[in-house]
Amino acid sequence: MAVVEQVALRSGVRPAAAPAAFWTVTRLRVAAIVVIFALWEIAGSSGFFYSGVLPSSLLIFKAFVGLLLSASFWFHAGVTGFEVAAAFVIGISTGALTGLILGANRYTGAVFEPFLHYLAPTPKIVFLPILLILFGVGVGSKISLGAISCFFPMALSVAAGVRQVNPVYLRVGRTFNLTRLQTVRMIYLPALIPPIASGLRIGLGISIVGCLMSEIKLSRAGLGFSAMEYYRIFDIPSMLAVLVFIFVCAAAGNVVIDRYVRLPGPQTARA
Amino acid sequence: MSTITHTGALRRPPPIVTRFLVLAALFAVWEAASRAGYVSAFILPPPSAIFQSFEMLFVHEGLVAAFLRTFAEAFAAAGIGSLIGVAVGYTLHRVKIAGRAFTGWVAASASAPLVLLYPLFLVIFGRNSATIVAMGVVGCMPPIILKTKEGLDNVRPVLLNIGRSFGLTPWKQFWMIQFPAALPTIFNGVRIGLLFAIINVVGVEYLIVFGGLGQLISDLGDRFEIPGMYAGILFVILVSVCFFFITEKIETWLLSSK
Repeated sequence: MAVVEQVALRSGVRPAAAPAAFWTVTRLRVAAIVVIFALWEIAGSSGFFYSGVLPSSLLIFKAFVGLLLSASFWFHAGVTGFEVAAAFVIGISTGALTGLILGANRYTGAVFEPFLHYLAPTPKIVFLPILLILFGVGVGSKISLGAISCFFPMALSVAAGVRQVNPVYLRVGRTFNLTRLQTVRMIYLPALIPPIASGLRIGLGISIVGCLMSEIKLSRAGLGFSAMEYYRIFDIPSMLAVLVFIFVCAAAGNVVIDRYVRLPGPQTARA
Repeated sequence: MSTITHTGALRRPPPIVTRFLVLAALFAVWEAASRAGYVSAFILPPPSAIFQSFEMLFVHEGLVAAFLRTFAEAFAAAGIGSLIGVAVGYTLHRVKIAGRAFTGWVAASASAPLVLLYPLFLVIFGRNSATIVAMGVVGCMPPIILKTKEGLDNVRPVLLNIGRSFGLTPWKQFWMIQFPAALPTIFNGVRIGLLFAIINVVGVEYLIVFGGLGQLISDLGDRFEIPGMYAGILFVILVSVCFFFITEKIETWLLSSK
Protein backbone atom coordinates (compact mmCIF):
# COMPACT_ATOMS: atom_id res chain seq x y z
CA MET A 1 0.00 0.00 0.00
CA ALA A 2 2.75 2.41 1.02
CA VAL A 3 4.57 1.76 -2.24
CA VAL A 4 1.46 2.46 -4.24
CA GLU A 5 0.96 5.70 -2.34
CA GLN A 6 4.55 6.75 -3.04
CA VAL A 7 4.27 5.97 -6.73
CA ALA A 8 1.00 7.84 -6.87
CA LEU A 9 2.55 10.78 -5.05
CA ARG A 10 5.59 10.93 -7.29
CA SER A 11 3.52 10.77 -10.45
CA GLY A 12 1.17 13.36 -9.07
CA VAL A 13 -1.92 11.16 -9.38
CA ARG A 14 -3.35 12.86 -6.29
CA PRO A 15 -6.20 15.17 -7.24
CA ALA A 16 -4.88 18.66 -7.89
CA ALA A 17 -4.06 19.81 -4.35
CA ALA A 18 -7.56 20.20 -3.00
CA PRO A 19 -8.48 23.88 -3.01
CA ALA A 20 -11.43 22.65 -1.02
CA ALA A 21 -9.79 22.45 2.39
CA PHE A 22 -13.05 24.02 3.52
CA TRP A 23 -15.00 20.89 2.60
CA THR A 24 -14.70 18.25 5.27
CA VAL A 25 -16.70 15.02 5.15
CA THR A 26 -19.14 16.25 7.79
CA ARG A 27 -19.68 19.64 6.14
CA LEU A 28 -20.25 18.00 2.79
CA ARG A 29 -22.83 15.63 4.25
CA VAL A 30 -24.68 18.41 6.04
CA ALA A 31 -24.64 20.46 2.84
CA ALA A 32 -26.03 17.49 0.87
CA ILE A 33 -28.88 17.04 3.34
CA VAL A 34 -29.69 20.76 3.21
CA VAL A 35 -29.65 20.70 -0.61
CA ILE A 36 -31.93 17.64 -0.74
CA PHE A 37 -34.45 19.29 1.60
CA ALA A 38 -34.28 22.55 -0.35
CA LEU A 39 -34.81 20.76 -3.68
CA TRP A 40 -37.77 18.89 -2.23
CA GLU A 41 -39.38 22.11 -0.98
CA ILE A 42 -38.69 23.96 -4.24
CA ALA A 43 -40.04 21.09 -6.36
CA GLY A 44 -43.12 20.84 -4.15
CA SER A 45 -44.02 24.52 -4.33
CA SER A 46 -42.90 25.06 -7.94
CA GLY A 47 -46.28 24.13 -9.35
CA PHE A 48 -44.50 21.75 -11.71
CA PHE A 49 -46.14 18.75 -10.05
CA TYR A 50 -49.79 18.33 -9.07
CA SER A 51 -50.42 20.16 -5.84
CA GLY A 52 -50.05 18.01 -2.77
CA VAL A 53 -47.93 15.40 -4.52
CA LEU A 54 -44.69 16.57 -2.92
CA PRO A 55 -45.86 17.99 0.41
CA SER A 56 -43.60 20.24 2.44
CA SER A 57 -41.29 18.40 4.84
CA LEU A 58 -43.00 20.24 7.69
CA LEU A 59 -46.31 18.60 6.78
CA ILE A 60 -44.59 15.20 6.59
CA PHE A 61 -43.03 15.82 9.99
CA LYS A 62 -46.41 16.76 11.45
CA ALA A 63 -47.97 13.62 9.94
CA PHE A 64 -45.07 11.60 11.35
CA VAL A 65 -45.68 12.91 14.87
CA GLY A 66 -49.40 12.28 14.40
CA LEU A 67 -48.68 8.68 13.43
CA LEU A 68 -46.43 8.08 16.41
CA LEU A 69 -49.23 9.25 18.70
CA SER A 70 -51.94 7.06 17.15
CA ALA A 71 -52.67 3.59 18.47
CA SER A 72 -53.69 2.13 15.11
CA PHE A 73 -50.26 3.01 13.67
CA TRP A 74 -48.54 0.99 16.37
CA PHE A 75 -50.89 -1.91 15.70
CA HIS A 76 -49.90 -1.91 12.01
CA ALA A 77 -46.23 -1.45 12.91
CA GLY A 78 -46.51 -4.40 15.28
CA VAL A 79 -48.01 -6.64 12.58
CA THR A 80 -45.27 -5.72 10.10
CA GLY A 81 -42.58 -6.03 12.78
CA PHE A 82 -43.77 -9.51 13.63
CA GLU A 83 -43.88 -10.54 9.96
CA VAL A 84 -40.39 -9.24 9.21
CA ALA A 85 -38.93 -10.77 12.38
CA ALA A 86 -40.49 -14.17 11.68
CA ALA A 87 -39.48 -14.08 8.00
CA PHE A 88 -35.94 -13.03 8.89
CA VAL A 89 -35.47 -15.73 11.54
CA ILE A 90 -36.90 -18.50 9.34
CA GLY A 91 -35.10 -17.45 6.15
CA ILE A 92 -31.76 -16.73 7.80
CA SER A 93 -31.62 -19.93 9.86
CA THR A 94 -32.64 -22.26 7.03
CA GLY A 95 -30.31 -20.32 4.71
CA ALA A 96 -27.35 -20.64 7.08
CA LEU A 97 -27.99 -24.35 7.57
CA THR A 98 -28.27 -24.95 3.81
CA GLY A 99 -25.11 -22.94 3.27
CA LEU A 100 -23.21 -25.02 5.84
CA ILE A 101 -24.30 -28.28 4.22
CA LEU A 102 -23.50 -27.13 0.68
CA GLY A 103 -20.19 -25.62 1.71
CA ALA A 104 -18.98 -28.54 3.81
CA ASN A 105 -19.85 -31.26 1.30
CA ARG A 106 -18.13 -30.75 -2.01
CA TYR A 107 -20.36 -33.08 -4.05
CA THR A 108 -23.68 -31.89 -2.57
CA GLY A 109 -22.52 -28.35 -3.16
CA ALA A 110 -21.66 -29.07 -6.79
CA VAL A 111 -25.06 -30.66 -7.37
CA PHE A 112 -27.36 -28.17 -5.66
CA GLU A 113 -25.57 -24.86 -5.46
CA PRO A 114 -26.24 -23.89 -9.10
CA PHE A 115 -29.97 -24.00 -8.28
CA LEU A 116 -29.48 -21.39 -5.57
CA HIS A 117 -26.98 -19.40 -7.60
CA TYR A 118 -29.37 -18.99 -10.50
CA LEU A 119 -32.58 -18.66 -8.49
CA ALA A 120 -31.14 -15.99 -6.20
CA PRO A 121 -31.43 -13.03 -8.61
CA THR A 122 -34.97 -13.83 -9.83
CA PRO A 123 -37.90 -11.64 -8.75
CA LYS A 124 -39.36 -13.44 -5.71
CA ILE A 125 -42.55 -11.38 -5.74
CA VAL A 126 -43.91 -13.62 -8.53
CA PHE A 127 -44.27 -16.41 -5.95
CA LEU A 128 -46.81 -14.34 -4.03
CA PRO A 129 -49.91 -15.65 -5.89
CA ILE A 130 -48.91 -19.21 -4.96
CA LEU A 131 -48.22 -18.21 -1.35
CA LEU A 132 -51.59 -16.44 -1.18
CA ILE A 133 -53.31 -19.68 -2.23
CA LEU A 134 -51.25 -21.72 0.21
CA PHE A 135 -51.28 -19.47 3.29
CA GLY A 136 -54.14 -17.04 2.75
CA VAL A 137 -54.33 -13.26 2.95
CA GLY A 138 -53.04 -13.10 6.55
CA VAL A 139 -49.51 -12.94 7.91
CA GLY A 140 -48.59 -16.40 6.55
CA SER A 141 -48.17 -15.31 2.93
CA LYS A 142 -46.10 -12.26 4.02
CA ILE A 143 -43.79 -14.23 6.29
CA SER A 144 -43.22 -16.92 3.67
CA LEU A 145 -42.34 -14.42 0.92
CA GLY A 146 -39.95 -12.57 3.24
CA ALA A 147 -38.34 -15.86 4.30
CA ILE A 148 -37.90 -17.03 0.70
CA SER A 149 -36.31 -13.67 -0.16
CA CYS A 150 -33.63 -13.71 2.53
CA PHE A 151 -32.94 -17.45 2.33
CA PHE A 152 -30.90 -17.20 -0.89
CA PRO A 153 -28.26 -14.57 -0.08
CA MET A 154 -27.64 -16.16 3.33
CA ALA A 155 -27.25 -19.70 1.91
CA LEU A 156 -24.89 -18.58 -0.88
CA SER A 157 -22.86 -16.34 1.40
CA VAL A 158 -22.34 -19.02 4.06
CA ALA A 159 -21.57 -21.75 1.48
CA ALA A 160 -18.88 -19.55 -0.07
CA GLY A 161 -17.58 -18.70 3.40
CA VAL A 162 -17.21 -22.35 4.42
CA ARG A 163 -15.31 -23.10 1.23
CA GLN A 164 -12.95 -20.19 1.78
CA VAL A 165 -11.75 -21.34 5.20
CA ASN A 166 -7.98 -21.55 4.87
CA PRO A 167 -7.06 -25.28 4.78
CA VAL A 168 -3.79 -24.45 6.54
CA TYR A 169 -5.78 -23.39 9.62
CA LEU A 170 -7.62 -26.71 9.54
CA ARG A 171 -4.32 -28.59 9.34
CA VAL A 172 -2.89 -26.52 12.20
CA GLY A 173 -6.03 -27.35 14.16
CA ARG A 174 -5.49 -31.05 13.49
CA THR A 175 -1.88 -30.73 14.62
CA PHE A 176 -3.13 -29.33 17.91
CA ASN A 177 -5.65 -32.18 18.20
CA LEU A 178 -8.65 -29.88 18.33
CA THR A 179 -11.96 -31.59 18.96
CA ARG A 180 -14.70 -31.11 16.37
CA LEU A 181 -16.41 -28.53 18.58
CA GLN A 182 -13.17 -26.63 19.06
CA THR A 183 -12.57 -26.65 15.31
CA VAL A 184 -15.98 -25.13 14.71
CA ARG A 185 -15.59 -22.56 17.47
CA MET A 186 -11.98 -21.56 16.84
CA ILE A 187 -11.60 -21.91 13.07
CA TYR A 188 -14.94 -22.08 11.23
CA LEU A 189 -16.93 -19.56 13.25
CA PRO A 190 -14.43 -16.68 13.12
CA ALA A 191 -13.98 -17.28 9.39
CA LEU A 192 -17.75 -17.30 8.86
CA ILE A 193 -18.58 -14.07 10.67
CA PRO A 194 -17.98 -11.78 7.63
CA PRO A 195 -20.15 -13.88 5.25
CA ILE A 196 -22.84 -14.23 7.93
CA ALA A 197 -22.81 -10.47 8.49
CA SER A 198 -23.15 -9.76 4.78
CA GLY A 199 -25.92 -12.37 4.46
CA LEU A 200 -27.76 -10.75 7.37
CA ARG A 201 -27.40 -7.26 5.93
CA ILE A 202 -28.66 -8.16 2.45
CA GLY A 203 -31.26 -10.49 3.94
CA LEU A 204 -32.76 -7.84 6.23
CA GLY A 205 -33.34 -5.39 3.38
CA ILE A 206 -34.97 -7.91 1.09
CA SER A 207 -37.07 -9.59 3.76
CA ILE A 208 -38.50 -6.15 4.58
CA VAL A 209 -39.17 -5.65 0.86
CA GLY A 210 -40.78 -9.10 0.60
CA CYS A 211 -43.11 -8.60 3.57
CA LEU A 212 -44.09 -5.04 2.66
CA MET A 213 -44.65 -5.70 -1.02
CA SER A 214 -47.00 -8.55 -0.23
CA GLU A 215 -48.80 -6.32 2.30
CA ILE A 216 -49.18 -3.66 -0.38
CA LYS A 217 -50.56 -6.20 -2.83
CA LEU A 218 -53.16 -7.82 -0.62
CA SER A 219 -53.60 -7.52 3.13
CA ARG A 220 -55.77 -6.24 5.93
CA ALA A 221 -53.07 -4.99 8.32
CA GLY A 222 -49.49 -3.83 8.45
CA LEU A 223 -47.51 -0.75 7.43
CA GLY A 224 -47.75 -1.56 3.71
CA PHE A 225 -51.52 -1.79 4.10
CA SER A 226 -51.74 1.52 5.98
CA ALA A 227 -49.45 3.31 3.46
CA MET A 228 -51.79 2.16 0.68
CA GLU A 229 -54.85 3.31 2.65
CA TYR A 230 -53.31 6.80 2.93
CA TYR A 231 -52.54 6.66 -0.80
CA ARG A 232 -56.16 5.82 -1.57
CA ILE A 233 -57.52 8.82 0.37
CA PHE A 234 -54.66 10.96 -1.03
CA ASP A 235 -53.22 11.74 2.40
CA ILE A 236 -49.71 11.95 0.89
CA PRO A 237 -47.95 13.40 3.99
CA SER A 238 -49.09 10.43 6.09
CA MET A 239 -48.18 7.96 3.34
CA LEU A 240 -44.66 9.43 3.15
CA ALA A 241 -44.42 9.46 6.95
CA VAL A 242 -45.10 5.70 6.96
CA LEU A 243 -42.37 5.19 4.31
CA VAL A 244 -39.95 7.33 6.35
CA PHE A 245 -40.70 5.19 9.40
CA ILE A 246 -39.97 2.01 7.41
CA PHE A 247 -36.65 3.40 6.13
CA VAL A 248 -35.59 4.53 9.60
CA CYS A 249 -36.33 1.03 10.97
CA ALA A 250 -34.41 -0.64 8.11
CA ALA A 251 -31.43 1.65 8.66
CA ALA A 252 -31.50 1.00 12.40
CA GLY A 253 -31.51 -2.75 11.71
CA ASN A 254 -28.44 -2.37 9.49
CA VAL A 255 -26.62 -0.36 12.14
CA VAL A 256 -27.32 -3.07 14.72
CA ILE A 257 -26.01 -5.79 12.39
CA ASP A 258 -22.89 -3.77 11.52
CA ARG A 259 -22.15 -3.04 15.16
CA TYR A 260 -22.78 -6.40 16.77
CA VAL A 261 -22.06 -9.02 14.12
CA ARG A 262 -18.32 -8.66 13.76
CA LEU A 263 -15.07 -10.23 14.77
CA PRO A 264 -13.83 -9.51 18.27
CA GLY A 265 -10.71 -7.39 18.04
CA PRO A 266 -9.59 -4.83 15.53
CA GLN A 267 -9.63 -6.95 12.35
CA THR A 268 -10.69 -6.17 8.84
CA ALA A 269 -13.92 -4.70 7.77
CA ARG A 270 -14.09 -6.01 4.23
CA ALA A 271 -15.22 -3.23 1.94
CA MET B 1 -5.99 -43.97 -0.27
CA SER B 2 -6.14 -42.69 -3.79
CA THR B 3 -7.89 -45.83 -5.04
CA ILE B 4 -10.61 -45.42 -2.44
CA THR B 5 -11.35 -41.85 -3.49
CA HIS B 6 -11.09 -42.94 -7.10
CA THR B 7 -13.71 -45.66 -6.80
CA GLY B 8 -15.75 -43.32 -4.61
CA ALA B 9 -15.75 -40.79 -7.40
CA LEU B 10 -16.64 -43.47 -9.92
CA ARG B 11 -19.74 -44.50 -8.03
CA ARG B 12 -21.07 -40.95 -8.21
CA PRO B 13 -22.29 -39.54 -11.50
CA PRO B 14 -21.02 -36.07 -12.41
CA PRO B 15 -22.83 -33.31 -10.48
CA ILE B 16 -24.67 -32.06 -13.55
CA VAL B 17 -26.23 -35.50 -14.13
CA THR B 18 -27.32 -35.80 -10.51
CA ARG B 19 -28.71 -32.28 -10.67
CA PHE B 20 -31.00 -33.13 -13.57
CA LEU B 21 -31.95 -36.49 -12.08
CA VAL B 22 -33.00 -34.73 -8.86
CA LEU B 23 -34.98 -32.18 -10.86
CA ALA B 24 -36.69 -34.92 -12.91
CA ALA B 25 -37.50 -36.89 -9.75
CA LEU B 26 -38.98 -33.77 -8.17
CA PHE B 27 -41.27 -33.20 -11.13
CA ALA B 28 -42.24 -36.90 -11.23
CA VAL B 29 -43.19 -36.93 -7.53
CA TRP B 30 -45.10 -33.67 -7.98
CA GLU B 31 -46.99 -35.05 -10.98
CA ALA B 32 -47.82 -38.29 -9.20
CA ALA B 33 -48.86 -36.59 -5.95
CA SER B 34 -51.07 -34.13 -7.78
CA ARG B 35 -52.72 -36.79 -9.97
CA ALA B 36 -53.26 -39.23 -7.13
CA GLY B 37 -54.90 -36.45 -5.14
CA TYR B 38 -52.38 -36.37 -2.27
CA VAL B 39 -52.20 -32.63 -2.83
CA SER B 40 -55.06 -30.59 -4.19
CA ALA B 41 -54.71 -30.20 -7.94
CA PHE B 42 -56.26 -26.77 -7.47
CA ILE B 43 -53.45 -25.55 -5.21
CA LEU B 44 -50.67 -27.48 -6.90
CA PRO B 45 -51.65 -28.51 -10.45
CA PRO B 46 -49.58 -31.31 -12.01
CA PRO B 47 -46.57 -30.14 -14.10
CA SER B 48 -48.17 -31.60 -17.24
CA ALA B 49 -51.15 -29.24 -16.85
CA ILE B 50 -48.78 -26.32 -16.25
CA PHE B 51 -46.76 -27.10 -19.38
CA GLN B 52 -49.95 -27.44 -21.40
CA SER B 53 -51.12 -23.99 -20.37
CA PHE B 54 -47.98 -22.45 -21.87
CA GLU B 55 -49.76 -22.69 -25.21
CA MET B 56 -52.69 -20.72 -23.80
CA LEU B 57 -50.28 -18.06 -22.50
CA PHE B 58 -48.59 -17.72 -25.88
CA VAL B 59 -51.78 -17.69 -27.96
CA HIS B 60 -54.35 -15.90 -25.81
CA GLU B 61 -52.54 -13.99 -23.10
CA GLY B 62 -49.86 -12.23 -25.12
CA LEU B 63 -46.91 -13.75 -23.26
CA VAL B 64 -44.37 -12.61 -25.86
CA ALA B 65 -45.62 -9.02 -25.85
CA ALA B 66 -45.59 -8.96 -22.03
CA PHE B 67 -42.06 -10.36 -22.02
CA LEU B 68 -40.82 -7.77 -24.54
CA ARG B 69 -42.47 -4.97 -22.62
CA THR B 70 -40.96 -5.99 -19.28
CA PHE B 71 -37.49 -6.33 -20.77
CA ALA B 72 -37.77 -3.06 -22.70
CA GLU B 73 -38.64 -1.32 -19.43
CA ALA B 74 -35.81 -3.03 -17.59
CA PHE B 75 -33.26 -2.18 -20.29
CA ALA B 76 -34.47 1.42 -20.46
CA ALA B 77 -34.10 1.66 -16.70
CA ALA B 78 -30.62 0.12 -16.77
CA GLY B 79 -29.58 2.42 -19.62
CA ILE B 80 -30.65 5.55 -17.76
CA GLY B 81 -29.23 4.13 -14.53
CA SER B 82 -25.88 3.41 -16.21
CA LEU B 83 -25.53 6.94 -17.57
CA ILE B 84 -26.27 8.52 -14.19
CA GLY B 85 -24.52 5.81 -12.19
CA VAL B 86 -21.23 5.92 -14.12
CA ALA B 87 -21.20 9.74 -13.90
CA VAL B 88 -21.84 9.65 -10.15
CA GLY B 89 -19.29 6.86 -9.67
CA TYR B 90 -16.69 8.84 -11.62
CA THR B 91 -17.38 11.92 -9.47
CA LEU B 92 -17.01 9.90 -6.27
CA HIS B 93 -13.70 8.56 -7.60
CA ARG B 94 -12.40 11.89 -8.83
CA VAL B 95 -13.45 14.14 -5.93
CA LYS B 96 -11.93 12.19 -3.06
CA ILE B 97 -13.71 14.11 -0.34
CA ALA B 98 -17.09 13.41 -1.97
CA GLY B 99 -16.12 9.75 -2.24
CA ARG B 100 -15.36 9.63 1.48
CA ALA B 101 -18.58 11.47 2.34
CA PHE B 102 -21.08 9.62 0.15
CA THR B 103 -19.81 6.15 -0.82
CA GLY B 104 -21.13 4.83 2.50
CA TRP B 105 -24.52 6.35 1.80
CA VAL B 106 -24.70 4.68 -1.61
CA ALA B 107 -23.68 1.35 -0.08
CA ALA B 108 -26.37 1.73 2.59
CA SER B 109 -29.00 2.52 -0.05
CA ALA B 110 -28.05 -0.72 -1.84
CA SER B 111 -29.44 -2.72 1.09
CA ALA B 112 -32.32 -0.33 1.81
CA PRO B 113 -35.84 -1.30 0.67
CA LEU B 114 -35.85 1.36 -2.07
CA VAL B 115 -38.60 -0.32 -4.08
CA LEU B 116 -41.03 0.76 -1.36
CA LEU B 117 -40.67 4.32 -2.67
CA TYR B 118 -42.89 3.37 -5.59
CA PRO B 119 -46.06 5.04 -4.18
CA LEU B 120 -44.14 8.33 -4.30
CA PHE B 121 -43.36 7.81 -7.99
CA LEU B 122 -46.93 6.67 -8.51
CA VAL B 123 -48.24 10.04 -7.32
CA ILE B 124 -45.63 11.94 -9.38
CA PHE B 125 -45.81 10.05 -12.69
CA GLY B 126 -49.18 8.33 -12.44
CA ARG B 127 -49.94 4.67 -13.09
CA ASN B 128 -47.88 4.14 -16.25
CA SER B 129 -44.57 2.96 -17.65
CA ALA B 130 -42.71 6.02 -16.33
CA THR B 131 -43.27 4.89 -12.74
CA ILE B 132 -42.07 1.39 -13.58
CA VAL B 133 -38.93 2.60 -15.37
CA ALA B 134 -38.22 5.08 -12.57
CA MET B 135 -38.33 2.27 -10.01
CA GLY B 136 -35.99 0.23 -12.20
CA VAL B 137 -33.56 3.18 -12.31
CA VAL B 138 -33.68 3.56 -8.53
CA GLY B 139 -32.98 -0.15 -8.12
CA CYS B 140 -30.07 -0.41 -10.54
CA MET B 141 -28.11 2.70 -9.55
CA PRO B 142 -26.36 1.66 -6.31
CA PRO B 143 -24.38 -1.30 -7.75
CA ILE B 144 -23.44 0.69 -10.87
CA ILE B 145 -22.17 3.66 -8.83
CA LEU B 146 -20.23 1.46 -6.41
CA LYS B 147 -18.66 -0.73 -9.10
CA THR B 148 -17.69 2.25 -11.26
CA LYS B 149 -15.91 3.87 -8.32
CA GLU B 150 -14.27 0.56 -7.35
CA GLY B 151 -13.07 -0.03 -10.91
CA LEU B 152 -11.61 3.45 -11.31
CA ASP B 153 -10.03 3.40 -7.85
CA ASN B 154 -8.24 0.15 -8.62
CA VAL B 155 -6.68 1.05 -11.98
CA ARG B 156 -3.00 0.09 -11.64
CA PRO B 157 -0.78 3.14 -11.06
CA VAL B 158 1.67 1.78 -13.66
CA LEU B 159 -0.96 2.29 -16.38
CA LEU B 160 -1.63 5.83 -15.22
CA ASN B 161 2.10 6.58 -15.25
CA ILE B 162 2.42 5.31 -18.82
CA GLY B 163 -0.36 7.68 -19.86
CA ARG B 164 1.38 10.50 -18.06
CA SER B 165 4.71 9.75 -19.72
CA PHE B 166 2.96 10.09 -23.09
CA GLY B 167 1.66 13.45 -21.93
CA LEU B 168 -2.02 12.55 -22.23
CA THR B 169 -4.57 15.21 -21.36
CA PRO B 170 -6.88 14.28 -18.44
CA TRP B 171 -9.69 13.64 -20.93
CA LYS B 172 -7.55 11.25 -23.01
CA GLN B 173 -6.16 9.72 -19.83
CA PHE B 174 -9.74 8.86 -18.90
CA TRP B 175 -10.89 7.50 -22.26
CA MET B 176 -7.70 5.67 -23.25
CA ILE B 177 -6.56 4.31 -19.90
CA GLN B 178 -8.85 4.62 -16.88
CA PHE B 179 -12.15 3.71 -18.53
CA PRO B 180 -10.90 0.64 -20.45
CA ALA B 181 -9.01 -0.60 -17.38
CA ALA B 182 -12.10 -0.22 -15.20
CA LEU B 183 -14.51 -1.60 -17.81
CA PRO B 184 -14.75 -5.21 -16.55
CA THR B 185 -15.66 -3.98 -13.06
CA ILE B 186 -18.12 -1.43 -14.46
CA PHE B 187 -19.69 -4.16 -16.62
CA ASN B 188 -20.12 -6.28 -13.51
CA GLY B 189 -21.94 -3.35 -11.86
CA VAL B 190 -24.18 -2.77 -14.87
CA ARG B 191 -25.03 -6.46 -15.01
CA ILE B 192 -26.02 -6.56 -11.33
CA GLY B 193 -27.90 -3.30 -11.89
CA LEU B 194 -29.83 -4.81 -14.77
CA LEU B 195 -30.85 -7.78 -12.61
CA PHE B 196 -32.03 -5.42 -9.87
CA ALA B 197 -33.92 -3.42 -12.50
CA ILE B 198 -35.70 -6.58 -13.72
CA ILE B 199 -36.65 -7.47 -10.13
CA ASN B 200 -38.04 -3.99 -9.46
CA VAL B 201 -39.82 -3.74 -12.83
CA VAL B 202 -41.59 -7.10 -12.42
CA GLY B 203 -42.39 -6.26 -8.80
CA VAL B 204 -43.95 -2.87 -9.55
CA GLU B 205 -45.80 -4.26 -12.58
CA TYR B 206 -47.27 -6.92 -10.31
CA LEU B 207 -48.21 -4.42 -7.60
CA ILE B 208 -49.85 -1.77 -9.78
CA VAL B 209 -51.17 -4.35 -12.29
CA PHE B 210 -49.81 -2.47 -15.26
CA GLY B 211 -47.55 -3.49 -18.14
CA GLY B 212 -45.77 -6.75 -18.82
CA LEU B 213 -45.12 -10.04 -17.05
CA GLY B 214 -45.99 -8.80 -13.56
CA GLN B 215 -49.44 -7.75 -14.69
CA LEU B 216 -49.94 -11.03 -16.54
CA ILE B 217 -49.25 -13.10 -13.41
CA SER B 218 -51.44 -10.85 -11.29
CA ASP B 219 -54.33 -11.18 -13.77
CA LEU B 220 -54.04 -14.96 -14.02
CA GLY B 221 -54.01 -15.22 -10.23
CA ASP B 222 -57.05 -12.97 -9.87
CA ARG B 223 -58.96 -15.12 -12.38
CA PHE B 224 -57.93 -18.29 -10.53
CA GLU B 225 -56.39 -19.54 -13.76
CA ILE B 226 -54.05 -21.56 -11.57
CA PRO B 227 -52.11 -23.73 -14.07
CA GLY B 228 -51.66 -20.64 -16.27
CA MET B 229 -50.46 -18.67 -13.27
CA TYR B 230 -47.88 -21.35 -12.44
CA ALA B 231 -46.77 -21.35 -16.08
CA GLY B 232 -46.37 -17.57 -15.97
CA ILE B 233 -44.32 -17.74 -12.78
CA LEU B 234 -42.18 -20.53 -14.23
CA PHE B 235 -41.66 -18.42 -17.34
CA VAL B 236 -40.47 -15.39 -15.33
CA ILE B 237 -38.09 -17.58 -13.33
CA LEU B 238 -36.74 -19.32 -16.47
CA VAL B 239 -36.26 -16.03 -18.30
CA SER B 240 -34.39 -14.43 -15.41
CA VAL B 241 -32.23 -17.52 -14.97
CA CYS B 242 -31.36 -17.58 -18.70
CA PHE B 243 -30.64 -13.89 -18.60
CA PHE B 244 -28.38 -14.23 -15.56
CA PHE B 245 -26.60 -17.19 -17.17
CA ILE B 246 -25.94 -15.41 -20.48
CA THR B 247 -24.69 -12.17 -18.94
CA GLU B 248 -22.49 -14.20 -16.61
CA LYS B 249 -20.92 -15.93 -19.63
CA ILE B 250 -20.37 -12.59 -21.35
CA GLU B 251 -18.68 -11.27 -18.26
CA THR B 252 -16.32 -14.25 -17.97
CA TRP B 253 -15.52 -13.85 -21.65
CA LEU B 254 -14.79 -10.13 -21.18
CA LEU B 255 -12.51 -10.90 -18.28
CA SER B 256 -10.63 -13.64 -20.08
CA SER B 257 -10.07 -11.60 -23.25
CA LYS B 258 -8.85 -8.62 -21.29
